[in-house]
Amino acid sequence: MTEAMHEPPRSRSTLDHALYVLRDNPVTLIAFAMFALLLFMALFGPLVAPYDPLASNTDVALKPPSAAHWFGTDNLGRDVFSRVLVAARLDLMISIAAVALSFIVGSVLGAAAGYWGGWIDTVLGRLLDTIMAFPLFVLAMGIVAALGNSVENIIYATAIINTPFYARLVRAEVNIRRNAGFAQAAKLAGNSDLRVLAFHIFPNALPPMMVQVSLNLGWSILNAAGLSFIGLGVRPPTAEWGVMVAEGANFIVSGEWWVALFPGLALMFAVFTFNLLGDGLRDIVDPRQRT
Amino acid sequence: MTRSNSRRDFLKLSGASIGAASLPFLKYMPAQAADDVIVAVMGQTINSLDLHRTGTNRPSYQVAVNCYDRLISFGTKKTPDGGLSYDYSVLEPELAESWTTSADGLTLTFKLKSDAVFQDGAPVTAEDVKWSFDRAVSAGGFPTVQMKAGGLLRPDQFLVEDEKTFVIKLDRASKLTLPDLAVPVPFILNSKLAKSKATADDPWAMEFVHKNTIGSGAYKVIRWDPGQQLVYERNDSWKGGPLPGIKRLVLREVPSQATRRALIERGDVQVSFNIPNKDASELGGKTKVFSTPIENSIYVVGVNYKFEPFQDPDVRKALAYAIPYAEIFKAAAYERGSPMWGGDGKIETIDWPQKSPYSTDMEKAKAHLEKSAFAKGFEVPFSISLGQTDWMEPTALLIQESLGKLGVKCAIEKIPSANWRTASLVEKRLALHLEGFGGWLNYPCYYFFWAYKHGHLFNSSNYKNDEIEKLVDETLHMPTDDPSYAPKVKRMFEIAFEDLPRIPLWQPALNVATHGAKGYEYWFHRQLDARKLAKG
Amino acid sequence: MSGRLRAISLRILQAVPVVIGVVVISFVLTRALPGDPAVYFAGPAADEASIAQIRKELGLDRSWPEQFAIYVGALLSGDLGKSLSTGQPVLSDLATRLPASLELTLVSLLLACAIAIPLGVLAATRPGSWIDHLCRILVTAGVSLPTFFTGVVLIYVFYYLLGFAPSPLGRLDFIYIAPPATTGFYLIDAAIVGDWSTWAAALRQLVLPATTLALFTLAPIARMTRAAMLSALSADFIRTARAAGLRGRTVLFAYAFRNALLPVVTTLGMVFSFMLGANVLVEKVFAWPGVGSYAVEALVVSDYAAVQGFVLAMALLFVALNLLIDLIYSLIDPRIGFSAQ
Repeated sequence: MTEAMHEPPRSRSTLDHALYVLRDNPVTLIAFAMFALLLFMALFGPLVAPYDPLASNTDVALKPPSAAHWFGTDNLGRDVFSRVLVAARLDLMISIAAVALSFIVGSVLGAAAGYWGGWIDTVLGRLLDTIMAFPLFVLAMGIVAALGNSVENIIYATAIINTPFYARLVRAEVNIRRNAGFAQAAKLAGNSDLRVLAFHIFPNALPPMMVQVSLNLGWSILNAAGLSFIGLGVRPPTAEWGVMVAEGANFIVSGEWWVALFPGLALMFAVFTFNLLGDGLRDIVDPRQRT
Repeated sequence: MTRSNSRRDFLKLSGASIGAASLPFLKYMPAQAADDVIVAVMGQTINSLDLHRTGTNRPSYQVAVNCYDRLISFGTKKTPDGGLSYDYSVLEPELAESWTTSADGLTLTFKLKSDAVFQDGAPVTAEDVKWSFDRAVSAGGFPTVQMKAGGLLRPDQFLVEDEKTFVIKLDRASKLTLPDLAVPVPFILNSKLAKSKATADDPWAMEFVHKNTIGSGAYKVIRWDPGQQLVYERNDSWKGGPLPGIKRLVLREVPSQATRRALIERGDVQVSFNIPNKDASELGGKTKVFSTPIENSIYVVGVNYKFEPFQDPDVRKALAYAIPYAEIFKAAAYERGSPMWGGDGKIETIDWPQKSPYSTDMEKAKAHLEKSAFAKGFEVPFSISLGQTDWMEPTALLIQESLGKLGVKCAIEKIPSANWRTASLVEKRLALHLEGFGGWLNYPCYYFFWAYKHGHLFNSSNYKNDEIEKLVDETLHMPTDDPSYAPKVKRMFEIAFEDLPRIPLWQPALNVATHGAKGYEYWFHRQLDARKLAKG
Repeated sequence: MSGRLRAISLRILQAVPVVIGVVVISFVLTRALPGDPAVYFAGPAADEASIAQIRKELGLDRSWPEQFAIYVGALLSGDLGKSLSTGQPVLSDLATRLPASLELTLVSLLLACAIAIPLGVLAATRPGSWIDHLCRILVTAGVSLPTFFTGVVLIYVFYYLLGFAPSPLGRLDFIYIAPPATTGFYLIDAAIVGDWSTWAAALRQLVLPATTLALFTLAPIARMTRAAMLSALSADFIRTARAAGLRGRTVLFAYAFRNALLPVVTTLGMVFSFMLGANVLVEKVFAWPGVGSYAVEALVVSDYAAVQGFVLAMALLFVALNLLIDLIYSLIDPRIGFSAQ
């Protein structure tokens, strides 16, 4: 919104451009539709689910998909379809919370480093290098193992390994603009450093960051799934796609493919959506990349 | 396609590979490999060839079994499913030819086999036995604890009478001593070779034995790639028993359970050790599954007395009546092993484990809870081990659901394997948890010694009952044919079922699948004993 | 040239704080793990005394600063400590396992490049067409699947059902013995001694895990190739070249692609270090004896030395890799000085 203050004509053209891109790029349009479906699952999943996702019934354990259980049942006889639906909310929450957290922390750190430079920049740069030098998945594992496997800790771990990407991005964007004309002008107009940074310079970093956000959302879901595979996922009996795939993976060879396949497809669907969305957003915010 | 190609190439080239004999190993297994080599897989990893070493994990105990001899061993019997099992009631010679016990039971004298030799050709002497026993009681950690169980505490108890005669002096006579000599721990090493590798810092040659097998046992380890594989080769001069039917055993470590199942089903490996209950209940056709109930072992729900509501006997009973036993046995055990619930309440034998008098009855559960001070229910964390999720997770989930109906809310907490022992057994701080102790020595008093005596390792519930303390102390070393033994043991069972610090679920089974191998034998130590394995 | 040398040494100097940071963080992180290794390794029936004895042997009875000082001291003399779970020195564990991971990662990277770069170029030459969209959907689908899931499905289909693939038992079928170790890469070692049947066997074992990993890395490479090609193709010099009547193919490969290589190489470097971390799960599924599965096992049992050794090795690798990318950069495009920034 603040962006509009400086470049008023652009907002309209951005909208036009977005519409143009959507029309021109059916894949992005589909991605938005898929995203809407995901949101629907997250918001209304528990209402639409035909069964209680936590209710076990060992009499119908490991039954293949049928009219009663569309996606079959798992080893405790829980309805896989209901669990897949209900899990959407938690999975989206984990990824959105993790990305939001890394977005905020990364932005603050990156903006400070990019704007003031000096020792802040140096220290932060080395710190980020250090985190990046860790094998990221193993770092996440270590954090969750050390703090205990709760949803919050999975979010923190994912946020920590994502933060350097945002911080670097913001630092670069802020750094090249800190002496730009509009920033100088804003400063001369009596705005404080913080104000100039937050409302004048930082918004310019938003478009590339949005792309990063949507790519990271998918990556965060995969990361949580990987943690589940090692056994460091959310606590049972909570339905979560990664846990379901990880547990179901043991049933594939014995022929009960549906236990892993459907949550796997849901997971893939979500990550796929976020990735396509990221690609599409890139096309919208950065027209130079499309010619 | 690729498969048959590789076998063909392998046959074609095995003739040419003699040139590679200068390498420590041929590029391929020799051509006769197909007939007398067995490939086995397991999910765990072997971290040492020396059981006495600090930090040696459980799966590594099999090296002590397969590559070393003890003085004596247990006999073998047939199991109902056509497999083999060790026989706790029979003691057999291994390195000892014969042994005698003095009238007061305090002196044990062993005559060693005259022709027994170590793998380097040196004869096995009483000196070697003494050195090995000294090592076991001095090493610290698990071996020392296990020796202590049999009354073997100090080096001065072990005497060399002559080259082939070894004597043990006991502080008190105990029925546990002889069986304790047949567990994997008191294995006999080649002391001369070991001493030549010992240093001032390492008087017991731990470093050398960690990587080399220097015994007189049925096999020797010819290759060990930690985290990947172990290759055993038959010791043709073994005197401890009939020679194994195979020349080599290749033991591969495959962490993924799905992969292991695929391998055994396709017959690419001949033995898959310790398979999940689910696989055991499903594998069939050419794959043969042996499910042996583990002696002296029960999976239980631990109810910690440190946690206030559990100090109330009615709460514990409410729990015992609320557990959906049959569902758990179906979903977690896949009906492998034996149910340990729904007994008639009469304790007639001293067989352990035996069925508890409890079964699922929500009405009784509610009645008991209402009688207690926690009629409205309470919240409690329910802890399970990350390393044993295959049975713990479904069990915990079903119990959680059922307790929820009583108003008892549990949050399931998965604890990493490294922390599990600390939390459950050492600190004993888990309020509600699952536990699966099994005693190596098959006596009920031995089980109670570990699992019901106050402060003892597997008493994860902080249970303390003065009568149990007394009964265990009295029965532990008492011969089982003593007329007062059975009544005392039955009394212990009674108290245990009444007090319920451990709510029995079922007796687990050890599942092993074979595909083209025979001669698998179940042992109380639950590791692969390869000495009777053969192809076919 | 001396300027370049100086720049390199400056870069190495800059890496020093990173390595120190990694050492400190990995030390703290391992100590924060909830497990007590002494209890874990004391065995199933250990009592208080034997646990205390083991704690002492492992040096865990000392304070953190003391432990850290001891650790750093040993580190400086090249001693990474001993892994409790494998019972071997961490250095030798890493030495045998790192090549396995590197071989797997490199092969899958090659595979990914062989598919993703042509796809990217193809997409870039026809932006907005159905081919472009198809490429995009294809590579995005690859990156959307959790690797452990892909791995199990591949094993199920190609090994269990169809029997095309060899048994997923690590680097070599059990009937083969590893070639004499020169580099630790079985493909190279087997080729050196001319043992082509072992070479083929090692390659066969690699196919499924490498495919699993490659599927996951198609997307960043293809995306970057497409973007770089697009911007290269829209550059003035291409227009000039076209106007000068050069053939489309020559323009595409000799001019545009060469210029697009630069960002692609950067991406490759990032992808490579990311993959080394990400193949943890693939290694677990395929019983691949690499550093990733090693680290996971070590972490679960709080095997301090092994986790620290692994993290340090990866960090050093990461630093070295970045240096290498910078070098390649200046080789591909001589205009870019090796600036020390």
